Parts: sequence; C-alpha cells; structure tokens
Amino acid sequence: MSDLAAYNFAYLDEQTKRMIRRAILKAIAIPGYQVPFASREMPMPYGWGTGGVQVTAAIIGPADVLKVIDQGADDTTNAVSIRAFFAKVANVAVTTHTDEATIIQTRHRIPEKVLKEGQVLVYQVPIPEPLRYLEPRETETRTMHALSEYGLMHVKLYEDIAINGHIATTYAYPVKVAGRYVMDPSPIPKFDNPKMHMSEALQLFGAGREKRIYAVPPFTEVVSLDFEDHPFEVQTFDKPCALCGAENVYLDEVILDDRGGRMFVCSDTDHCEERRACGCVGELGVKEAAE
Amino acid sequence: MTDTPLFKVSGVSKFYGARTGCRDVSFELFPGEVLAIVGESGSGKTTLLNCISTRLAPTAGTVEYRTRDENWRDLYRMSEAERRMLMRTDWGFVHQNPADGLRMTVSAGANAGERLMAIGQRHYGNIRTTASEWLERVEIGIDRIDDQPRAFSGGMRQRLQIARNLITSPRLVFMDEPTGGLDVSVQARLLDLIRSLVNDLGLAVIIVTHDLAVARLLSHRMMVMKDGRVIESGLTDRVLDDPREPYTQLLVSSILQV
Repeated sequence: MSDLAAYNFAYLDEQTKRMIRRAILKAIAIPGYQVPFASREMPMPYGWGTGGVQVTAAIIGPADVLKVIDQGADDTTNAVSIRAFFAKVANVAVTTHTDEATIIQTRHRIPEKVLKEGQVLVYQVPIPEPLRYLEPRETETRTMHALSEYGLMHVKLYEDIAINGHIATTYAYPVKVAGRYVMDPSPIPKFDNPKMHMSEALQLFGAGREKRIYAVPPFTEVVSLDFEDHPFEVQTFDKPCALCGAENVYLDEVILDDRGGRMFVCSDTDHCEERRACGCVGELGVKEAAE
Repeated sequence: MTDTPLFKVSGVSKFYGARTGCRDVSFELFPGEVLAIVGESGSGKTTLLNCISTRLAPTAGTVEYRTRDENWRDLYRMSEAERRMLMRTDWGFVHQNPADGLRMTVSAGANAGERLMAIGQRHYGNIRTTASEWLERVEIGIDRIDDQPRAFSGGMRQRLQIARNLITSPRLVFMDEPTGGLDVSVQARLLDLIRSLVNDLGLAVIIVTHDLAVARLLSHRMMVMKDGRVIESGLTDRVLDDPREPYTQLLVSSILQV
C-alpha cells in the first residue's frame, strides 16, 4: 500500500464522497427520482461505468466484499478492470460469488441468485432518462416527471405493438417505482425486471456522463409498464443452459464454429460455475466431460 | 349557442420591452362560436393567441375559462399541472407548421392516440380503434395508420394534427394559420373539413389568420388587429362587407380577385 499513499481510500476525496452520499440518500428517500450530482472525471472513459464506479466508491468500506459483473460475466474486460481498480485503491476483498459479496456493481444484468438483505446492487447507467428518445428537452422531461405525465411512455409501447405486433422493447424496459416515478432500469434485459420488485437488496443507479443518481430502496414496488391487452412478459428460452442445464435463467448465445453451430449458456457466469461444481451438466457439458 | 361565455379575455397586453406585442385586448367567446383574429404580419395576432392559450404570460390583463364543472378559472392563476391537463383534454392547439404539433418520429396512430394515453387509457385495442376512427374522420386512409407523419403530405399532416387534438373531444381549439403553406385545393378541402367538424362537435374556435377568405368561410365573428390593437370587431359578414375603419377597408380591398 505504501506506494499508493497518494490515493485517498477508494480513489475519490472525502468531500466528493460526501457529496455523492448526499445524492444517494436523497435518491433513496425519493424512489425512482433522478438526483443530479456533481459527477467527477474518473480514470476511465464515459460509457464504461463512471457513474457506477463513483457510487461504489462513495459507499464502499474496508470491510466490504466487492463483485463486479458485466453482462452477467465476472471475467470480461470491464468487470475485471473495475474489480482490480477497487482492489488497488480501496484494498477491499473481491469475489465472484454473488452470495459472498456485499456490493455488486453491475452492467446490464441482475444476478440469477436472489439478492439478500444487506447487499447493495450498483448499476451503471448510460441514459437515465426513460423519456429521452421521445422528448428531447430536459426541461420538458423534468416537468413531466414532476407532474407524473407519463402518457408518452405508453406512446413508445404503442409504437412497438403497432410495428412488431408485440412490445418489442427487450432491455431498458421502463418501470414505475413505488407507484410514482417512471424509471429506466438501465439496459438490463426485461427478463430481470421482475427481480427488482420487492427486492431485499438496495439498488443504486449511477449515470456518470448524465450526472444523475437514482435508487430503489429495499422492499419497493417496481412495476413494468404495459397495456391491459398486451401485458408485460419476460423472454423465454427453448432450451436450458448448454453447460449447466439451468432453466429459467437468462442465456447468451455463443457461436461455436462458422457452420452455424451455436449454444446457449448462462449469462451469469457465477451461477453457471456454481451449478457445474455441484455436478449439474447440460447438453454440451456432458460431451466435454466425455472427451 | 348559450348565453354564458366559455372564455373571457379582459385587458390583455403584452410588451416586449419598449415594443408592443398587443395592447388592451378584451373579448368573450361563447360555446360553439368561431372567432377569427385577422391582421397583417406583425399586427400582434400570434402574440395575442399565445397570451390567451397559456403559452406566453401577458404583461397585464386576465384570461378566464369556464371549466366543465362550471367554475371560472383564471388561466394564469391555475397550477401548471391543471393548466397542462386543460391543454391536453379540454383544449386543442393547431399549429401552422404541423411538425410543431406532431411527433414526427412516431406513427400516425400513436400521434392520434397520445392524448388518450396521457389521460390514462391503457388498452391498446381501444386506443387504436379510437385513433383509426379519427383518422377516418379527417380523411386519412386506415392503411396509413402505422406510417410516420414524415411520410405524409402537408395537407395530411395538418389533418392528422387536427385529429390528434380533437380525439379527447375538447371544447375550445386554438388555430394558428391552419391553412398556411398549403396550396389552394388542399386548403379548400381542409377548410371544408374544419367547418364540418366545428359544426358537428359544437367546438368553440379561435383562429388566427391573415387570409380573409379563411375568416369568411369559417368564422362567425372577427377581430381586426393593427399595431397590437383591435381596431374593429363584429360579425364576419358585417366587417367584410361593410368595413368601418379605414385600415379594414384597405385590408378588404387588398384581396386579390381572380
């Protein structure tokens, strides 16, 4: 640690962390409301999780155990480097196991394992404003949030049905939090939306470039928007995970060769590894073991 | 028409610094009545329209509206939430340029249905049915319901804008040069359509135009504006056939004869 003495604990200085914590507290007090905060430059480009990193830096303590996932995986560039970053600047324990972690920073997924009380899920958010593509004026979207004028959100869903015959939004699917604010759950697949509802864990959202923090406190109602005659539905998969045989999980498509071979495997790598360690095998997992 | 006005404007003035937008305008509008505001460019027509439709706060004067529950409300003393609610339910606003009043990147059906969703309708089938009925009413083919207004001609866009405004059965509609920029045959069809809708629905309309022919065709009453003041007002036929003010006489005699 001696050669890192120039860094404050968790990279940000204490005043900045205080400012971010204030924003987080306000966000928790008003579920789903986007709190502006003075986002800092981080040693990574916008779009790589600068918002999530700042939120994590503000809440992390020496006793915390950090897990970082990117599209469900613990071993992709973004996940590995953010994990290494906090191991270096905060000297905290890191893990890939969902149930061991106290803070989980995530991009695009919620872990398959149900989160417990005391855990914090930190989302990296590119565009916090759910109304953005329909209403470009920030002044107008703020007024719409303030007055709960959310008809426009349904215009988007109407368009989906008119063009595709069903609600074709598959990620960043808008939700209503605690019956009041409409919120962009960050680009998680809509498969994960039901996991946000009444979750025991605290969920924090950080958008670095857009300078917004918002939150879903534990045990908060999170409802995905829909039409009476076109109710909200999550994605379903024809086959279980090819490696561990898990069903009712979110799967990634992996191309195996250039002759059309492909397999579908768990997007949550920790979940998949844990199942395989317990002896669960999927269709292609058996073959590998046999070879 | 009833004896109770729907809309009362008294002493409305708007100054832009030392310049005058409009000065001391007062009038009443009754249910089902069409009022035309005419005048040359720069005479304050649009400023007045914006002032009375909550889009621009006047410097002085009051604008009152009789709501459905028979209360007189001063528009600029209402909360923003109430005002916006009024704008998207009981009122309509037809812009000169349809792109200002439409969402150009969503389909005609969604444009027409937006107000229904804004007031809480959550049944896709019902919204679509109502939207298609209205498109039919404004003579837009049902096969165009999923097309974006970008693919529409100017006249179709204007008709779509009208459908979008009328879908919640408003009682009062503001129109700012609704026929501007359209060629004469399209203009004629649009005027015909507006006239029949106004009659069928019993709408009160305030229409701003520089085209006296439009005023003649649509309005019951008209106000002539010059330099921000109303210089003459009365029944449309009276004003156009027997103009009293020299300026109105000039205006009427400036109409090109074919």
